[in-house]
Amino acid sequence: METTLVENLPEVTAVGVLIKAIIILAVISAIAGFGTYIERKVLAFMQRRLGPMHVGPYGLLQLAADGIKLFTKEDIVPQNANKFIFMIAPIITAATAFIALAAVPVFPDFTIPEFIPLLGGTFVPSIAADLNIGILFVLGMMASGLYGPLLAGMSQANKWGIIGAARTAVQFLSYEVVTGLSILAPIMIVGSLSFVDFNNAQSEGIGSWLIWQQPVAFVLFLIAGFAETNRTPFDLLEHEAEVVSGYATEYSGMRWGMFFIGEYANMITISIIAAIVFLGGYSEGTLGWLTIVLKVGFFFLLMLWVRASWPHIRPDQLMWLCWKVLMPIAVINVVITGIVMMV
Amino acid sequence: MGLEQFKNRNVGTQNYKTLDLGKTPTRGLDKFKQVVNRTFKGELFVGLWVTLREMINALFRGEMHTVKYPFEKLPISPRYRAIHDMLRLLESGHYRCIGCGLCEKICISNCITMDTRYDENQRKEVSEYTINFGRCIFCGYCAEVCPELAIVHGPRYENASEQRASFSLFEDMLTPIDKLNLQQEYEGFGAVSPNADDNIKQTPLAY
Repeated sequence: METTLVENLPEVTAVGVLIKAIIILAVISAIAGFGTYIERKVLAFMQRRLGPMHVGPYGLLQLAADGIKLFTKEDIVPQNANKFIFMIAPIITAATAFIALAAVPVFPDFTIPEFIPLLGGTFVPSIAADLNIGILFVLGMMASGLYGPLLAGMSQANKWGIIGAARTAVQFLSYEVVTGLSILAPIMIVGSLSFVDFNNAQSEGIGSWLIWQQPVAFVLFLIAGFAETNRTPFDLLEHEAEVVSGYATEYSGMRWGMFFIGEYANMITISIIAAIVFLGGYSEGTLGWLTIVLKVGFFFLLMLWVRASWPHIRPDQLMWLCWKVLMPIAVINVVITGIVMMV
Repeated sequence: MGLEQFKNRNVGTQNYKTLDLGKTPTRGLDKFKQVVNRTFKGELFVGLWVTLREMINALFRGEMHTVKYPFEKLPISPRYRAIHDMLRLLESGHYRCIGCGLCEKICISNCITMDTRYDENQRKEVSEYTINFGRCIFCGYCAEVCPELAIVHGPRYENASEQRASFSLFEDMLTPIDKLNLQQEYEGFGAVSPNADDNIKQTPLAY
């Protein structure tokens, strides 16, 4: 299947990509911050509480208050910590999360109007880097993001941190397998690793969505996505009741905030991948982008909803679920998909 | 369920119900069957529905639990034991305290200090009355023992102040004379019960 998008659109310039990168950074950081507000509100409503109410109308400015607090806090590095690694670990988490977003289509293409000086007429693409191996790149980047919690936990000279780092290793490494295998079946059907091709393959309405052909892969990908973004049934890395804050125990201020932004950016990435690969992605036109926003919003809400509803599982249950249940199902799914495609 | 069942500490005689949990599987196939059954039972979705239902109830049916405390307060029981109030007689406006000193005597944390003297009508007058709220444990004995219902527990539970002595003087606790019509009769320990009239019996004057 040929990638046809590039041919009938204006040329993508370096300036356009730069603007796109800045837009992604600014908007996703803001959404990640705003996500904390939404998470607190939704969790509160599900427990019949009000959530943040006092900063601004309905607590909307809580984000600003939290931001000011995070930015102005003292940057503490523990005495026996490996200072260099301790300080770059949160940057790894945040950076890989945003690098992964480079290959994901977020927001529609647009051309900056001519009347704006200097940048007028520049075409800003929907994907900062339209790679033909987009999915592979995104999954690879999210996988390398595990170095953030791993190095953070190991460098901070704290036992809870060490346990958190160990759990990071077992959880992320094992669920990476399920993510890859579960998304392999849709890749086989579409025959491409590009998000644009996935979108085009499902452009004929709800009936052509890949979720109907690959329901098992969808469920598996969702479960593995929860594990990879460190969300509730699998948030063993910083399970408060067991390991204080896990890998983030010794972190404070903006470095802790970077872990948070990275986690929320990863949530958005996983939501976008799930929406594009299984739920049809975006359709053409301006309103078409609203559909993917709704889909991504649904997955984001699902993550909060699940956090409000379900208990954590133990590390041994996590491993059991991954290696003994999910991975065999994923392999069988791939094999059956292959047989169906051959016949 | 009656209180008697809770007070029965003889293990084995209680009427317990055993939940039917089935047998724990031992063979591999049975374990597998259990996993499959539990996987497709949909209990996870029941859990999701429970939280969604609570959210709908809270948002649209007014079942939000949160009380925005400084702005709204929950009603408290009339028997609530907060900072003491000194009541006045409704007819004369004079304070009810007769200076008997029972509250000072019964106070188990020794926090009530009082001094009395005779006034010009040869009536006992309270010249000094303080409660040390650093020591008071709000047990309610003083209100219970008071024969005149003069010292009672009021509803003022917000007792943060600049000075520990802020609430503790007789004048602080006494009902202000201009708010006498707002004075609430105490219903807690030592108060007359609601059916007190029915309990009154004729004094046997025969002996």
